[in-house]
Amino acid sequence: MSPPLLGVEEEGQSRVSSPSVECISHNGLGIRERNYLGLSDFCSVDSSGVPDDNGNNLNLKATELRLGLPGSQSPERETEHCFLNSGKLDEKTLFPLLPSKDGICSSFQKSAVTGNKRGFSEVKGTIYTEKKWMGHGAVPDSQSLQPVSHGKYSVAQASVKKDGPANVVQEQPCTSNGTKVNRTDISNNSSAPTAKAQVVGWPPIRSFRTKTLTTSSKNNDEVDGKPGPGTLFVKVSMDGAPYLRKVDLRMYSTYQELSSALEKMFSCFTLGQCGAHGTPGKEILSESKLKDLLHGSEYVLTYEDKDGDWMLVGDVPWEMFIETCRRLKIMKSADAIGLAPKAMDKSKKDC
Amino acid sequence: MNYFPDEVLEHVFDFITSHKDRNSVSLVCKSWYKIERYSRQRVFIGNCYSISPERLIARFPGLKSLTLKGKPHFADFNLVPHDWGGFVYPWIEALAKSRIGLEELRLKRMVVSDESLELLSKSFVNFKSLVLVSCEGFTTDGLAAIAANCRFLRELDLQENEVDDHRGHWLSCFPESCTSLISLNFACLRGEVNLGALERLVSRSPNLKSLRLNRAVPLDTLQKLLMRAPQLVDLGIGSYVHDPFSEAYNKLKIAIQRCKSIRSLSGFLEVAPHCMSAIYPICGNLTFLNLSYAPGLHGNKLMKLIQHCRKLQRLWILDCIGDKGLGVVALTCKELQELRVFPSDPFEAGNAAVTEEGLVLVSAGCTKLNSLLYFCQQMTNAALITVAKNCPNFIRFRLCILDPIKPDPVTNQPLDEGFGAIVQSCKGLKRLSLSGLLTDQVFLYIGMYAEQLEMLSIAFAADSDKGMLYVLNGCKKLRKLEIRDCPFGDSALLEDVGKYETMRSLWMSSCEVTLGGCKSVAEKMPTLNVEIIDESEQMEFNLDDKQKVDKMYLYRTLVGHRKDAPEYVWIL
Repeated sequence: MSPPLLGVEEEGQSRVSSPSVECISHNGLGIRERNYLGLSDFCSVDSSGVPDDNGNNLNLKATELRLGLPGSQSPERETEHCFLNSGKLDEKTLFPLLPSKDGICSSFQKSAVTGNKRGFSEVKGTIYTEKKWMGHGAVPDSQSLQPVSHGKYSVAQASVKKDGPANVVQEQPCTSNGTKVNRTDISNNSSAPTAKAQVVGWPPIRSFRTKTLTTSSKNNDEVDGKPGPGTLFVKVSMDGAPYLRKVDLRMYSTYQELSSALEKMFSCFTLGQCGAHGTPGKEILSESKLKDLLHGSEYVLTYEDKDGDWMLVGDVPWEMFIETCRRLKIMKSADAIGLAPKAMDKSKKDC
Repeated sequence: MNYFPDEVLEHVFDFITSHKDRNSVSLVCKSWYKIERYSRQRVFIGNCYSISPERLIARFPGLKSLTLKGKPHFADFNLVPHDWGGFVYPWIEALAKSRIGLEELRLKRMVVSDESLELLSKSFVNFKSLVLVSCEGFTTDGLAAIAANCRFLRELDLQENEVDDHRGHWLSCFPESCTSLISLNFACLRGEVNLGALERLVSRSPNLKSLRLNRAVPLDTLQKLLMRAPQLVDLGIGSYVHDPFSEAYNKLKIAIQRCKSIRSLSGFLEVAPHCMSAIYPICGNLTFLNLSYAPGLHGNKLMKLIQHCRKLQRLWILDCIGDKGLGVVALTCKELQELRVFPSDPFEAGNAAVTEEGLVLVSAGCTKLNSLLYFCQQMTNAALITVAKNCPNFIRFRLCILDPIKPDPVTNQPLDEGFGAIVQSCKGLKRLSLSGLLTDQVFLYIGMYAEQLEMLSIAFAADSDKGMLYVLNGCKKLRKLEIRDCPFGDSALLEDVGKYETMRSLWMSSCEVTLGGCKSVAEKMPTLNVEIIDESEQMEFNLDDKQKVDKMYLYRTLVGHRKDAPEYVWIL
């Protein structure tokens, strides 16, 4: 029983004591179910006649199940609700255990763990990356991703940011073991927020508006020379890649972040290059060598600035860089030597 | 019941203009029904699939103005697949075949083809007014047909439509004889327009009161247009980019000063913020200002502009105004009734520049506020409670916290109490959109207090079926309920299926309702169409009743299953 309790305290919400006080005062039923996770609240404004016995039983069951979930930690969510919502537990007790389609938490579990709300961060990740996951049954029901994001306001911020492609990998195991994903995710999030996953249809803005604003921002940037709000998509080409990509420079705040994102984006090309493009002399590249590609000697990252010159990325402060960068190019080091005329010729050829 | 001859009653009914009232009048008795239906000129149909055009025509032979809405509201946010429905062609076709003298057509969220526009333009001699909001499916060729054939056209109002722009000749299709234009709004078109044709058109339209230009209209053309139409009441500026030291700018200043009637200003799709001083002379009279498409305007320039707008009643703005800017609004715009704050950077959840502070400031300064759409970074219960106290007159309250399950950042509580305060205080609340971390409790409050509520939008909220049940039981006037990503399942859905007949529609996506539950509703309520929208073809292969339904849209109808549903829509 202790790990969850510790979990509560670690989250920084010292709520374990308060809800029970509230419960005692509101509990007209005179029965107090003590629960470490704060699920003890049987106070109910609109007691819909749930017999206490059943409630107690289910509550215990809830507790058992909670323990069953490795490392699930969201007690502060429960305590929040107890604090505010006296009828809450009533709902929980009414809510029968339902087998979940994908075999993870039952709805009851859901309510016990996270208040029945699908973890937004997961929803975001899954829906964005795989359309199939929109299919209701497939979406991993609210796992512990959510409570952690609730517990800590600042973490919630971070957890909003997700690494798009990596998410797919992470979300799938989520169906079997939420917490592992949870922890990995959190650590991932705190390290380097990269590409944003987006929930379909959220925030609720007409697509016409989104499109227009994007165009407006871009135009205004060009007009004023001042970066305004909005996105700043620039094309990224890579020598030998069959097609270009686009990145939103506003998503990053340092060169490091941009570099990592580009690495991930173009990894498929570098790995495939040995076969696909028949470039002579290329070894089979492993993942570990990938980082070296951009950081090391194989490739350099260059950009074309407002004046049409090709520059090496990294010389100017980031803010200045995004103001002047018009497109990016990942060049082979060999070609980048003597960046000015030779590089320009090469880029013109490729265009 | 009939103490007066029909003509007298008809004359009396002429004064009854609201759709609701006319509907009530028609229910009094048979003779009132008859008199009402023959005298009815304006009809509003909130769901184009609730009735057929033939029945409409049969009942209201005197129809002159028709308003139709097609797709469900969540279609605005890409939740409804592309060709779900909402085609206007069958309506225009049926009306064309009949003897209805249609004069006005207003469409929202419908699919409008060029063929429909062409048919429309050719079928109704006295056609006067076309208003398209959030529609799609047509090109500027369709507009050309309207321009060319509708000889008495007064109003062509295109708001936020997805138009395939074939570049500009449609304006030239207005014949020289066309002098009846009162309102022309083509701000949503993305392509070039024939500027000369535009100038000539405006010159020969002495009744022109409303003109909204698109991005492609440059400043010097704007200046010429304003010189020709100083009587404008509503102006939408396309491009506002120029050199403040140029002759063109000076000319513009003079032109603007002549336009003493302008009460409504919008656009600024491209803007050079250092030139806003030319606008100041007309700011004092503005009642509506829409800068929600002008991300280039922010900071001090924006605040200075707002400070000139003392009579503003409606303000649509981007969140780059910031809390500070909203403070300026609160001090300046004492007549403000409607505020909409849109996000300039919607997918970057950490970046919205307005928080609960801005809203509190506005609520304190603008006590007449009754309509709100607010996209923000965060919200607190305390703020909402304060807003509720300051502004008890809200009719529409739509709050969107960009991170949809964000709790109160100060207390880490759900926002139940805050929204509860809003519904309790604002007794006239008709429309509510919720966001942030919410439990069943907020729905209890809504059910208890929101007696006038007609439309409710819920996302990522609640803990159990109880949430939905509170709402369905409590909100007697509920007409539209749209829910996404909430844990509401079959027991909530099936609790009171009769309720849905009193409503226009119910949307539930990514909830817990199952196929079996939906089938049950359909069985029990033959006057409802229960549509299952499933693009992933899960439904085809897995007909298990326990299967959860991705998207369900149900609505009352008098005409049964529609025939134009695409493959992935299954009507139970």
